Amino acid sequence: MKSAVITFPGSNCDRDMDVALKKFGFKNKMVWHQDVELPKSDLVVLPGGFSYGDYLRCGSMASKSKIMQSVINFANSGGMVMGICNGFQILVETGLVPGVLLRNKYLEFICKNVFVKINNKDNAYFRKISKNVLELHIAHNEGNYFCTNDQLKEIEDNTQVAINYCDPEGKIEEPFNPNGSIKNIAGIFNKEKNVLGMMPHPERMIDHSLSGEDGSHFFNNLINNLK
Amino acid sequence: MIVNEQLAIDHGLKKEEYKKICELLKRTPNITELGIFSAMWNEHCSYKSSRLHLKKLPTKGKQVIQGPGENAGVVDIGDNDAIVFKIESHNHPSFIEPYQGAATGVGGIMRDVFTMGARPIANLNSIHFGSTQHKKTKNLLRGVVHGIGGYGNCMGVPTIAGQTSFDSSYNGNILVNAMTLGLVKKDKIFYSKAAGLNKPVIYVGSKTGRDGIHGASMASASFDEKIEEKKPTVQVGDPFTEKLLLEACLELMAGDSIIAIQDMGAAGLTSSSIEMASKGNLGIEINLNKVPCRETKMTPYEIMLSESQERMLIVLENGKEEYAKTIFDKWNLDFAVIGKTTKSKKIELYFDSEKVADIPVNTLVENSPMYDRKWKKAKLPKKNKINKDDINNLKIIEVLKKILANPNICSKEWIWQQYDHTVMGDTIQKPGGDSGVVRVHGTNKAVAASVDSSAVYCWAHPLTGGKQVVCESFRNLISVGAKPIAITNCLNFGSPENEENMGEFVECVHGIGEASSYLKFPVVSGNVSFYNQTKDQGIKPTPSIGGVGLIKDYNKMITMDFKEVDNVVLVIGKTEGHIDQSLFARVILDEKNGPPPEINLFNEKNNGETLLRLIDSNLIKSAHDISLGGIITAVSKMCIKGNKGINLKKPKYLISEMEYFFAEDQGRYIVEISKKDQKKVLDILNKNAVHYDELGTINENMLFLNEKTKVTIDELKGSNTRWLKEYMIN
Repeated sequence: MKSAVITFPGSNCDRDMDVALKKFGFKNKMVWHQDVELPKSDLVVLPGGFSYGDYLRCGSMASKSKIMQSVINFANSGGMVMGICNGFQILVETGLVPGVLLRNKYLEFICKNVFVKINNKDNAYFRKISKNVLELHIAHNEGNYFCTNDQLKEIEDNTQVAINYCDPEGKIEEPFNPNGSIKNIAGIFNKEKNVLGMMPHPERMIDHSLSGEDGSHFFNNLINNLK
Repeated sequence: MIVNEQLAIDHGLKKEEYKKICELLKRTPNITELGIFSAMWNEHCSYKSSRLHLKKLPTKGKQVIQGPGENAGVVDIGDNDAIVFKIESHNHPSFIEPYQGAATGVGGIMRDVFTMGARPIANLNSIHFGSTQHKKTKNLLRGVVHGIGGYGNCMGVPTIAGQTSFDSSYNGNILVNAMTLGLVKKDKIFYSKAAGLNKPVIYVGSKTGRDGIHGASMASASFDEKIEEKKPTVQVGDPFTEKLLLEACLELMAGDSIIAIQDMGAAGLTSSSIEMASKGNLGIEINLNKVPCRETKMTPYEIMLSESQERMLIVLENGKEEYAKTIFDKWNLDFAVIGKTTKSKKIELYFDSEKVADIPVNTLVENSPMYDRKWKKAKLPKKNKINKDDINNLKIIEVLKKILANPNICSKEWIWQQYDHTVMGDTIQKPGGDSGVVRVHGTNKAVAASVDSSAVYCWAHPLTGGKQVVCESFRNLISVGAKPIAITNCLNFGSPENEENMGEFVECVHGIGEASSYLKFPVVSGNVSFYNQTKDQGIKPTPSIGGVGLIKDYNKMITMDFKEVDNVVLVIGKTEGHIDQSLFARVILDEKNGPPPEINLFNEKNNGETLLRLIDSNLIKSAHDISLGGIITAVSKMCIKGNKGINLKKPKYLISEMEYFFAEDQGRYIVEISKKDQKKVLDILNKNAVHYDELGTINENMLFLNEKTKVTIDELKGSNTRWLKEYMIN
């Protein structure tokens, strides 16, 4: 399986994602933001970080960079595109997934483990995954997902919610919402479910010495789904 | 502008210093030259009051590759890997403008590390604020934490450990010390020594603006009521540009184009160019019209003294300019050839085709003032006679809960959750433990780091305090299973012109030297921050020690959380019942006098090394060093972290229960072992003449004391974790 990770100026989880993808069997290529063409890939990842310093608005400038036209075309033709953290912020700025990401409710950066419940397994990202709740790691300042009521209805009608913040048992309630996201939303799909944007970092949970192993669970399942 | 004695004094120079400048130059300096002298000769850059004493610190060791004198220290961790590290203060700017002050402190120290070719792999910080009742404390704390996070998070470097304290002596002068560790290949370390004639001198990074002019001079003066007017001297940070600068520099360093490289930190272009020339015994000629400027009509004086951030000065090999430029163009950074190395041994500056400065380099560096300041020796305070009735009437659990909730003991999660501590995917011990630990990417090795200070002990008796901080750093590394390698120190003190403050400095340095020499834990880098005072009132002497250690196999790393019910808990090291200057004495008995706990370096070393051997033999399940709050505080934290309880029993010493559990004797650890290993462990401890107490066994969720007093761990956890969050929200 081939993957590509885009490096924008200010990306800082690009190497971590490269390490994770390779660990679980992807042949990964790093792609520079000023490149025009994507290499042939089964999965394109927009990594976390502070592309363009988060200036103007998180993800806004990266969404206009040269490579993004190819990424958008790739997504529109059914290619799998995953945006993590700042990558999610870039995705909402391109309009590939609906909604926006506001500043966290308590106006502070949050770095900690959270639990998320998988809401929809009928897609290539979560199909056949054996767990319903994953323990993942978040590290962000602007992860407070927001959309209009009309958008929310559409998102829910199309089962576009990918994961919600929850407790270890999968209870989706306000006390387990770290950043004020509407309906505890931690990640969403586009209508076709080939594009996924999420705030948690699975690449930081890929061995027992780190914060946990549910990231390994996610990547192992992902590559098997793609085979 | 006419340069005269008054103008020199306005620049922070002393009368005699101005006289010396005129003598050295054999003429009156012009305004640009005066600015350069004032920047190079201030306390912050010249170490004029401290040099004499710093020379006495032990700086060599088997693993030391580079000691003090470079951008940072370097130690060998085997397999051609080396760790570059340093701690630095940004106290004055952080008080004036907490967000930018703290942010640029973090940015500056990271630049020091990647200037040497190392990729930063971990950040730490030691931050100290005034009384929690003081009206400025909350905003300063919030601003500093946001600033540290704002810069470090954006750079993508994990913040893995730190220390926060509150004390009214910092009411008008907070401390912000930032430390960075970087990883480099031993044969790819870069230095600041220029070499060769007619080599191009390159300016890269951000443009030069009018920010931070006289920043280093401001940091060399005391605060008064007009301090708010100094805001323009605080630099403004841009972590995004620094991230680009990091990547561009490392890309250029992968080749062989660089002769010397130096970041523009305090005193900007002035100190960076002079340092490179001085180390290379060369001259440097700069055309200031070529310096990329952010603002129009900047004068040579402003260009030379600006402390705009995210800039580097590089001496390149001839003919490599084009190659280097393509790299900086790729990262959208300014790149300009601004001058060349010369044989003149002078710093020669040109602006609009006119020579605007012409100063022999040695007058700025070797001939800079050095003072043997007067200092007063501190007496060891008399021991307090503590009224036994006062102690025996206290309820131990109530006291424990109060101590666990004390601002200097309580959980700092509210702070470190705002720092990205997991980026780079190698953090295997997060903040909140004895040391932070990161793996050496792609290997079985890991590096542990901690930062410590004990202002109260240093204030009570500087010599003992200085020794104690080094020992605490040593213990914090050993507690996670790391072999201590070396330290970096950030020496925060009041005015060197005050005999008592100077005495505190001299004796703390003496204590640091003695302990680091005995423990073979040399000082490889550091920084001095004097004039931490408002009007005449200095801060408590606060040397911060950043310690670095190596874990050869990270699977052997130890954490402090209790692991398993029925395991046995031991205290390693002897408890004498030293209560003076303990948190218990200060907070519960309201007793602020008396000597700090004594340091016995032999026991410190022997206990530590024996524990390391036990860890290496896989006999230790968890460990934690005993510091503020004594045995019962340490044990409670291990219970809280592991979500386990303990059946505690005071050994049959003569000292009282309160003294046993709250004393702050040094050289002690709490360790957890399994029952089956007990005999083996005790044999090893006996054989090495290490004193130990059997303290109890682990249970599910209760702290029992002598089978009668009890409290749930949840209740202790509540006391420990609530305070800071509630303080910051209300």
